[in-house]
Amino acid sequence: MTAVGDRPIGFGPLKRKEDARFIRGKGNYLDDIRLPGMVHMAILRSPFAHAKINSIDTSAALALPGVAAVITAKDLETLGLAWMPTISYDTQAVLAGDKVRFQGQEVAAVIAIDEYIARDALQLIDVDYEPLPAVVNARKALDEDAPLIRDDKDGQLDNLASPTWEAGDEESTDKAFAEADTIVSRDIIYPRCHPAPLETCGMIADFNPETGQLDLYNGNQAPHAHRTVYAHVAGLAEHMIRIKCNDIGGGFGNKVPVYPGYVCAIAGSIVAGVPVKWIEDRSENLMSTGFARDYIMKSDICAKDGKITGLRVDVIADHGAFDSTAQPTKFPAGFFHIVCGSYDLQASHVKVKAVYTNKAPGGVAYRCSFRITEAVYLVERMVEALALEMHIDPIDLRMQSFIGTEQFPYETTTGWTYDSGDYHKTMRVAMDIAGYEDLRQEQEEKRARGELMGIGISFFTEGVGAGPRKHMDILGLAMNDGADLRVHPSGKAVVSLSAQTQGQGHETTFAQIVAEELGIPPEDVEVRHGDTDKSPYGLGTYGSRSTPVSGAAVAVVSRKVRDKARAIAAQMLETRPEDLAWEKGRWYVKGDPSVGATIFDITERAYSGDSLPEGMEGGLDAQVIYDPPNLTYPYGAYIAVVDVDPETAHVTVRRFIAVDDCGVRINPMIVDGQIHGGLAEGVGIALMEVITFDEEGNCLNGSFMDYLIPTALECPDFELGATVTPCPHHPLGAKGVGESPNVGSPPAIVNAVIDALQPLGVNHVDMPCTPARVWAAMQGNAAPPQ
Amino acid sequence: MQTPARFDYERATSLQGAIASLKEHEDSRIIAGGHSLLPMMKLRLASPTRLIDINDLTDLQYIREEGDEIAIGALTRHVELLKSELLAEHFPLFKDAELVIADPVVRNRGTIGGSLCQADAAEDLSAVCAAVKATVVITGADGTRTVPMDQFHLGPWTTAVGEGEILTEVRIAKRPGGGSAHEKVERRAGDWAIAAASAAVWIDGGVITDAGIALSAVGLTTIDLTRAEELLRGQPPSEELFEQAGAIASEDCMPIPDSRGPVDYKRHLAGVLTKRALRKATARALS
Ligand SMILES: Cc1cc2nc3c(=O)[nH]c(=O)nc-3n(C[C@H](O)[C@H](O)[C@H](O)COP(=O)(O)OP(=O)(O)OC[C@H]3O[C@@H](n4cnc5c(N)ncnc54)[C@H](O)[C@@H]3O)c2cc1C
Repeated sequence: MTAVGDRPIGFGPLKRKEDARFIRGKGNYLDDIRLPGMVHMAILRSPFAHAKINSIDTSAALALPGVAAVITAKDLETLGLAWMPTISYDTQAVLAGDKVRFQGQEVAAVIAIDEYIARDALQLIDVDYEPLPAVVNARKALDEDAPLIRDDKDGQLDNLASPTWEAGDEESTDKAFAEADTIVSRDIIYPRCHPAPLETCGMIADFNPETGQLDLYNGNQAPHAHRTVYAHVAGLAEHMIRIKCNDIGGGFGNKVPVYPGYVCAIAGSIVAGVPVKWIEDRSENLMSTGFARDYIMKSDICAKDGKITGLRVDVIADHGAFDSTAQPTKFPAGFFHIVCGSYDLQASHVKVKAVYTNKAPGGVAYRCSFRITEAVYLVERMVEALALEMHIDPIDLRMQSFIGTEQFPYETTTGWTYDSGDYHKTMRVAMDIAGYEDLRQEQEEKRARGELMGIGISFFTEGVGAGPRKHMDILGLAMNDGADLRVHPSGKAVVSLSAQTQGQGHETTFAQIVAEELGIPPEDVEVRHGDTDKSPYGLGTYGSRSTPVSGAAVAVVSRKVRDKARAIAAQMLETRPEDLAWEKGRWYVKGDPSVGATIFDITERAYSGDSLPEGMEGGLDAQVIYDPPNLTYPYGAYIAVVDVDPETAHVTVRRFIAVDDCGVRINPMIVDGQIHGGLAEGVGIALMEVITFDEEGNCLNGSFMDYLIPTALECPDFELGATVTPCPHHPLGAKGVGESPNVGSPPAIVNAVIDALQPLGVNHVDMPCTPARVWAAMQGNAAPPQ
Repeated sequence: MQTPARFDYERATSLQGAIASLKEHEDSRIIAGGHSLLPMMKLRLASPTRLIDINDLTDLQYIREEGDEIAIGALTRHVELLKSELLAEHFPLFKDAELVIADPVVRNRGTIGGSLCQADAAEDLSAVCAAVKATVVITGADGTRTVPMDQFHLGPWTTAVGEGEILTEVRIAKRPGGGSAHEKVERRAGDWAIAAASAAVWIDGGVITDAGIALSAVGLTTIDLTRAEELLRGQPPSEELFEQAGAIASEDCMPIPDSRGPVDYKRHLAGVLTKRALRKATARALS
């Protein structure tokens, strides 16, 4: 690493460029934006989970001074906007016209001169509802007598959301089980939880009736794809729509979908001809926007001769009232079939059935590459259960069963090609940091004293960075990303990306990639993103795809510039390009390093009036669209140590060891920050976060008093470690990491809780491990969350 | 953004002015720290027509010794209760409780008066004040009256504070040989209790001469464990005795199932926490 003082030019632990504004409270979030003439929108939501709408009377609301308009489904019908497509080829009501299908569903939108009046007016809208029985339990959604939720869909006669989807091979899996010497079965639930970004969703729509230009201020994770969707939904010209994301206060998958509120704001601005601002409140965010998980899984795992050989999983996926699961088109259960994990299995088989229920729609990938979190949770819980049954140490069983380093690239039994890994090494590093043997010793001593201490393991493999265009698209759009690099005459550069940051440090990491490749200091590289007018097309940020896809694009575009610089340098040095060698920031003559041209000399030349190589255009800009040849497969070994109060059943995560291998680390400090954040979320999911419903379908977790997110007090001092196994096909050898800690940590914590409860014979507890649920398990009454 | 319904607002400059305004305006409410009232207004569970802000009445903000009593002004903030050396010396259960009430942001604003007047069964300070057998001073247009804690909470969200009255002070008698403790189990730091137990004991010559035990979050209001208090009086403290008091707590509480837990767990917890609070209170009394 070359350095200016203690600043790296290129990779290294550089402080985040964006923090200068964030830590001063100078970020520019959606609610900070005030446009001249702007009015405000609020949304009336259904109090019922399932009810017929007989009539909607908006007259009293319209009569309230300050109210400009009240929009209902009828109004949207005339604009052709009553329904919109979801990212899973389903349709979703923008405003409910016929009936409401979940509590919190959008029923009407009020536009008023301020947000207070808009919300006051909501209370004046009189909706005549006729309540219908609600389908709340996904297991009962397909019962004969279950009320039909989606009677709006032609030919839909039951509550099946999508046909059963399978991966792996059933027959060879049956064979593996027939030959096995140990089989363990479990019912495992990954409960419904919510990404809960601190900044809720919202939009300012600004339609200019004179020019036909529609400007949308909207923090979302895929601005270009959203723009294409609006062009299709609203029939507007795509080139006349501009989406500006500005700063985003967290996304975590929650800001991938297009929400009805966005469409209402757009319709409102088109109708009113002035900017319309809509920002949902916390309850609206928790109760109506994309939830995550909600997988009800039945699984069998088997072993032969001390090694895991087969896995079977049968899933009911609860998609809520509209299927707006986030996933590439050809993967209706996302990447769930990576469930074979880090193990060299003989066979595996996966079956996923998705159902509609009267609950909020979603199934978004909450800090997760399309259902990988569910998959990792399942397999790591099952491996732990198997080890218990076999009376062997859970790390030994994993070590026996891991895919060997020499087996990479490795084809899994469900069709993935893992790129690279040294699982045994990473596991050993985690054991060393943890002091695993000592921990087991300590546990034994504590058990003898009646104390409950648990050690839980999780070893995960993810597939991130979707994805190759031959396999992966969303709504027909290839999952590729562009990068556009402009090196200015003074040697400063702007790199534009389609991937919009929501806190991952893109403005720093991507500047470092340019710096590493071109030798321009990172502070001289400005990263532009999140503005569809100023960035090349691409599918955005989710599924840990920023570094695997956009990061690769930035590396490739930098190398394109470097190649051009080489040709110019050759001319300047009166030699041939192939006689030049590169060191960071400079081409020099092979064999005579004192003769060379820096990137700054070359840039000056590129823009000057001096001659350039024959046929070459001036300037030093380049553009690429990157199509990843494969996903990248980061992995990690996590160890959690918990203490359970034997009387109150309160769980404390005392230690958490996380060793991640995400290939080459561009900014190790940002990587560590990502891991800290994801581990905190994992602690939350394992111990407290859950969205539940009562029998009528009322959401019981509609505020942060009831939907708990963890604080620093629940998080131990995370103990991180790293191994670096480069990705063979990524230009930088990097793999994604943003989601790994969220994916990998819940099973480690739950396994630790169950390990702690071994003296009581407890072999299963579902998340969240709240004191009440753990106590029930200790009494032998473990029950799944409702 | 969560927005409350329309309301008028005034900043009181004197206690009597606030009382007069309360009387004059129907559906008006006192606002102190606002950490219970404002969330309810934003969720539109409460829609007072007028808020009378008493935050400038700093005369009501104190913790001091008055003879053989400690007097706490109604506007005293959680953080002041947390840091008070006087309370730590005589009634350490305040500090136990304040360490686990909400978070620093809430503790910087929320007041003891607001906590008691909110009359939420999960409020920690209600149990604390009940266990130490505090009395509260209520002021109206015609002067003040004093109500013992066990007569203060009339039911869920209702107190002995009448129309046009304001709670102004909490008084606790200092008695020799006392020890106290507060024990709470929460799902997450800053969350309301799944259950909490406050206990105070007064020990003389190796015998418990008096005891106060109250539970939070396991009934419609704070639960006074009078049966357990009677059991303890006149007995030398022992683990066995605390176990029995815990068993009474499990029996006498009246928890409601909710997302914090089912009834059986809350009863169990009431017992465990009562036992632990008594154990710690006794150790403190004897130290
Ligand atoms: C996130 C969060 C977590 C919390 N967690 C806990 C917890 O774990 N344990 C706990 O015990 N509490 C908790 N609280 C509540 C906190 O203690 C509040 O500060 C307290 O309940 C109310 O005090 P306040 O001064 O804010 O009252 P306000 O909200 O101002 O008022 C509450 C009520 O009391 C009335 N009132 C206030 N002062 C007087 C007075 N002097 N005379 C007559 N009426 C009056 C008001 O009119 C109103 O009806 C939490 C609050 C929040 C926001």
